[in-house]
Amino acid sequence: MKVEELSKYFPLKKFDENRQRLYVKAVDNVSFSVHEGETLGIVGESGCGKSTLGRTMIRLQEPTNGHIYFQGEDITGLKERQMRRIRKKVQIMFQDPYASLDPRMTVGDIIAEPIDIQKMYPDKKQRLARILELMELCGLNKEYITRYPHEFSGGQRQRIGIARALSVNPKLIICDEPVSALDVSIQSQIINLLIDLKKSLNLSLVFISHDLSVVKHIADRVVVMYLGRIMEIGTKKEIFENPQHPYTQALLSSIPVIGENSFETMQVLEGELPSPVNPPPCCPFHTRCPKAVPECAKMIQPLRNLGDGHMVSCWKAK
Amino acid sequence: MTEKETLLEVKDLHTYLYLEQGVSKALNGITFDIKKGETLGVVGESGCGKSMTALSIMQLVPDPPGKIASGEIRFQGENLLEKNKREMREIRGSRIAMIFQEPMTSLNPVMTVGKQIEETIRIHESVSKAEAKKRAIEMLKLVKIPEPEQRYYEYPHQLSGGMRQRVMIAIALACHPDLLICDEPTTALDVTVQAQILKLIAELQKKTGMSVMLITHDLGVISQVAERIIIMYAGRIVEYGTRQSVFTNPLHPYTEALLKSVPRLSDEDGKELYMIKGMVPDLTKEQRGCLFAERCPYAEKRCFEEEPKLYDTGSGRVCCHRYGKRGNDK
Repeated sequence: MKVEELSKYFPLKKFDENRQRLYVKAVDNVSFSVHEGETLGIVGESGCGKSTLGRTMIRLQEPTNGHIYFQGEDITGLKERQMRRIRKKVQIMFQDPYASLDPRMTVGDIIAEPIDIQKMYPDKKQRLARILELMELCGLNKEYITRYPHEFSGGQRQRIGIARALSVNPKLIICDEPVSALDVSIQSQIINLLIDLKKSLNLSLVFISHDLSVVKHIADRVVVMYLGRIMEIGTKKEIFENPQHPYTQALLSSIPVIGENSFETMQVLEGELPSPVNPPPCCPFHTRCPKAVPECAKMIQPLRNLGDGHMVSCWKAK
Repeated sequence: MTEKETLLEVKDLHTYLYLEQGVSKALNGITFDIKKGETLGVVGESGCGKSMTALSIMQLVPDPPGKIASGEIRFQGENLLEKNKREMREIRGSRIAMIFQEPMTSLNPVMTVGKQIEETIRIHESVSKAEAKKRAIEMLKLVKIPEPEQRYYEYPHQLSGGMRQRVMIAIALACHPDLLICDEPTTALDVTVQAQILKLIAELQKKTGMSVMLITHDLGVISQVAERIIIMYAGRIVEYGTRQSVFTNPLHPYTEALLKSVPRLSDEDGKELYMIKGMVPDLTKEQRGCLFAERCPYAEKRCFEEEPKLYDTGSGRVCCHRYGKRGNDK
């Protein structure tokens, strides 16, 4: 999947002094690609547009601008009926395991819903066999097939969500904060499950998370977002060992590390996230950047390739 | 290490929730203390009773269904469980203060933040309106809110999450409490803001000399700020010790498993995360033996039958048969 100059603006009911409508620029001119069989992590703080990006990528929300390509095909303008063909190959799973499952459907029906929509297994026996196969794959007890979501814990619900996403044999799954609502001991179960499934089914994953340590565990490449823009893209190694953008550096330094008393030396960012309605011009991070110089507010900084696909949108990076 | 004065002592506290499905032993006999000026960390997964501990100390356990069944909570020598409602109200907010996880739901949406700070001051101390306002602005300054004079007139919805949590801290500290209970203070915040808030709490603690009880599920946060740590599981304290001992030499299998299952930035590539099998036990059911036994990799027959006692480890305590077996049984 490839995304080119993708933007998603949400119109507000407010107007500026020139009577121009104001927009929340949730995703602003973003380009990147997801390779086959890789896990791409998307990280950033709340409100940076990572979830909107995930939803826009499979057109659960219509992009304002830009193009989305899947296996070389431009899917931006496809009609809903044609999209159904694509949705067979691209699935999504959500953060909140309580809100994303229909409480009035049994687990079996939830898992089979995408199959039914795609009319993949008209034969009832085959359909049942497929559901059971998926449940086993995701570590769910087969006896639970007739139960309802409220009978399950958060971790198990997330497993149901994974089984549902896998049901149509997709090539790519977009995981929107799949483990944020879970406790550590359950979180590690789900992460390991995703890693195993990805390997055995040769899936590509887009893993959206605010938790850098989780992303480091699962991702091959990482996209760092801030206020709707991409600050840095690189391999996991480059991002975590050799971060070039001051925002990535600050983000990494603010994570409390077990056993190390880095708290005193922690690089704490000053100030607050600016509003996405009127983001700071040019580099959106310059208002909080410890290395900012006046030029940062005057020059637009495109993503620059530092070699090996390590891209940074900061002109100071070398 | 010189023995510091004990500020709060909790002895064999039982808090039960009387639910339709039966009695849930949310707190099943916990004992610990907090020294003056120290930061005590309480860690555990959801449902382990960490918030219930805080609510029990404040006597804010929702009743029904909750009730403190037995035990003792000694604060500066007085047993809080013997206090009546009026006396408790005087202690809450002035001597023990609490901040909650979600600042938006704990602040009054139709009252300016300045007024909310003033309210706390005027309830507990007889000061004039002008004096209270002056102090409220001082508090806003103390928690490093920019332009405190203007912010005083703003409503919670006009502030960001980090700013709201600062206001919560300002309210909590308005009457100079001896103990500040923070229940997941940074869970709803982003990492960069979390770092700001943790730093602020640590600074204020140094300035005022208060004790802090920090409740969180985030082991990283705890390891940064707490001097002593309590690990809770299913309504019990399974391990209790200094930061050093808990993180470098965990004695309880649950602590060990918890530490192993957290993804860390320092992990090498491709390392598989440790998994704790199974799930937290249902607290409404009758329990026998060690509550962690079912999920414990070292469990033996004895663990399922006999409840382990608390062993003194020198720097803390641990509740596990295995520790006793290793020749530590006295």
